[in-house]
Amino acid sequence: MSVQDETPLVKIRNLHFSRGNKVIFDGVDMDIPRRKVTAIMGPSGTGKTTLLKLIGGQLRPEQGTVEVDGEDIHSLNTKALYKLRMRMGMLFQSGALLTDISVFENVAYPLREHTDLSSSMLRKLVLMKLEAVGLRGARDMMPSELSGGMARRVALARAIALDPMMIMYDEPFTGQDPISMGVLVKLIRSLNDAAHISSIVVSHDVQETLEIADQVFVISNGKVVESGSPNELAVSKLDWTQQFVKGLPDGPVPFHYPADDLNEDLLNS
Amino acid sequence: MRVIMDYFVNLGRKVIAALEKTGRGHMLFVKMVAGFDEILRRPSLLIRQLFYIGVLSVLLISLSGFFVGMVLGLQGFYTLSQFGAEASLGVMVAASLVRELGPVVTALLFAGRAGSALTAEIGLMKATEQLSGLEMMAVNPVRRVLTPRMFGGIVSMPLLAAMFSMFGVLGGWFVGVGLLGVDDGTYWSQMQGKIDLHEDIYNGVIKSVVFGVVCTWIALFEGFDSTPTSEGLSRATTRTVVHSAFAILGLDFILTAMMFGE
Amino acid sequence: MTQSRNLEFMVGIFVAAGIVALFFLALQVSNLGTVSAGEGYNVEARFDNIGGIKVKAPVTMAGVKVGQVTGITFDKETFEAVVTLNIDGQYDQIPDDTFAKIFTAGLLGEQYIGLDAGGSDLYLEEGGRLQLTQSALVLEEVIGQFLFSKAQEGAE
Repeated sequence: MSVQDETPLVKIRNLHFSRGNKVIFDGVDMDIPRRKVTAIMGPSGTGKTTLLKLIGGQLRPEQGTVEVDGEDIHSLNTKALYKLRMRMGMLFQSGALLTDISVFENVAYPLREHTDLSSSMLRKLVLMKLEAVGLRGARDMMPSELSGGMARRVALARAIALDPMMIMYDEPFTGQDPISMGVLVKLIRSLNDAAHISSIVVSHDVQETLEIADQVFVISNGKVVESGSPNELAVSKLDWTQQFVKGLPDGPVPFHYPADDLNEDLLNS
Repeated sequence: MRVIMDYFVNLGRKVIAALEKTGRGHMLFVKMVAGFDEILRRPSLLIRQLFYIGVLSVLLISLSGFFVGMVLGLQGFYTLSQFGAEASLGVMVAASLVRELGPVVTALLFAGRAGSALTAEIGLMKATEQLSGLEMMAVNPVRRVLTPRMFGGIVSMPLLAAMFSMFGVLGGWFVGVGLLGVDDGTYWSQMQGKIDLHEDIYNGVIKSVVFGVVCTWIALFEGFDSTPTSEGLSRATTRTVVHSAFAILGLDFILTAMMFGE
Repeated sequence: MTQSRNLEFMVGIFVAAGIVALFFLALQVSNLGTVSAGEGYNVEARFDNIGGIKVKAPVTMAGVKVGQVTGITFDKETFEAVVTLNIDGQYDQIPDDTFAKIFTAGLLGEQYIGLDAGGSDLYLEEGGRLQLTQSALVLEEVIGQFLFSKAQEGAE
């Protein structure tokens, strides 16, 4: 048990990935611990979602390895990969609920798919999962009738349906009103602590993320710039981290997209 | 010099992209067909698709068939009566429908109605990450989502084409016998004497099965391969209809040459 | 649940309707419902010239279709066309001295074989042979004969 606790849940070594000509990851190393809330932060377009897809085995890196629970995810065959994925939950930005079936059926979906539970057991389990996210009363609604925050909570209930060892949250706070944001923060924390599910949160919402994270990685330009606890980051010496954490408009990341000198540009026209 | 170089670089890039896309399309086809056992395990998936692809197209196909048959009856009657050969009206109507118009027009309507809907549906499922979501739930989206739709299309098309032809023959009968006074017995007996079960009807069915495979395949692939933006989706839907129409008409020529060529 | 039953019901109707349409095409539109080759019996007739007769051309008696042509071969020794006729089984009392002629339906219509019943007490059977035949009228020959007879009239 203790050995298991010490080995990282996700171990990323020398990860390289690019889309077309754009380099997204240029040698990323990362150890994501078990049973903690790990946040991966960075400005939009740094490939945070891509990182989650690499961990989930949906994308292949050009170079480097990703180990999840001691298994190199990109060398697994389909069957083993699917088996491992049953122990990984993922909460997509949009919720990714199946739009043609009800809330109840959405949460029941992975259970029907991968278990042989009797229908009364299945019902109990689904209602418990919905209760955990506070939406037991919404079981008969269709996904199109849900607000964005509710859809995300249903998706969360679905992600925990199979009692996974980890959940990856892709931008869970984006576009949420303060109340749903508070609900989600509380849910992530409580699922992590009560159900011992390791959490990986990818986000650029600094305040909420720092509030719940135990460990933070900051990514920029395809590399991990800094890592540490939220408190360490708050007092970071790096200009870049300071700019990001405090949300300053200008700094190492300039306000202006690279361009020719303004005067020259205006005169040339 | 530089312009010429650029031209060839551009051309090469386009050819490579087209080849890659063709390759992806064929891989997807193999994967969809390989997922056949999924349907045997869960027939309800196929039944659902038969409803959305087949049942919802019945009205369109039957009505179109009836109208096409009426037009054939009218046009055929005026042309044939110039040679005093109105008796052959039934043969003309039935042969055009069973051999060509039934499979071809059904497939074209199918591409417009069911094909574009399939592309939009799959493209939207991709854009809203539903397909990724399935994958992360350890469910193979190709087998679960695409395969039932593929076979739904393959099964629906010949049934729809048969309905189209049937309503067409009845439409021709309605105009020819009912309105223009061709003898009822002549209409049917001439038809029965000349239309061959094997040569005409089987071949028509084979054609519509081929069109069913191709149309559904194109529609599903375009949706699955679409760029997950609103523009990408609208382009993919357009491509489905255009490519399907080309494929249907081109294949129809090849199949006709092979079947009735000798 | 009722929704899913409803859907299954509609799909059931759809598939049944499709199959009905296929049967309609097979039975009402094509030749399956009428005379089908194989049933009945085959007889042979030899012609000097069959004109435009093709396989599946109808065989009629007093204008009623009684069978169809199922095979055409050429006899290398006698230089005759050997035509196999399939006669429907229900017409089993055709005299064996029946006369087979090749006719044309209308001026431009298709050609068919017409049978004129003879007076024999013996009936045609499987593998039998029609001895009396009349070849197709070939337009050029008819015109040729006509011109020839006119020329003769003129000479007299």
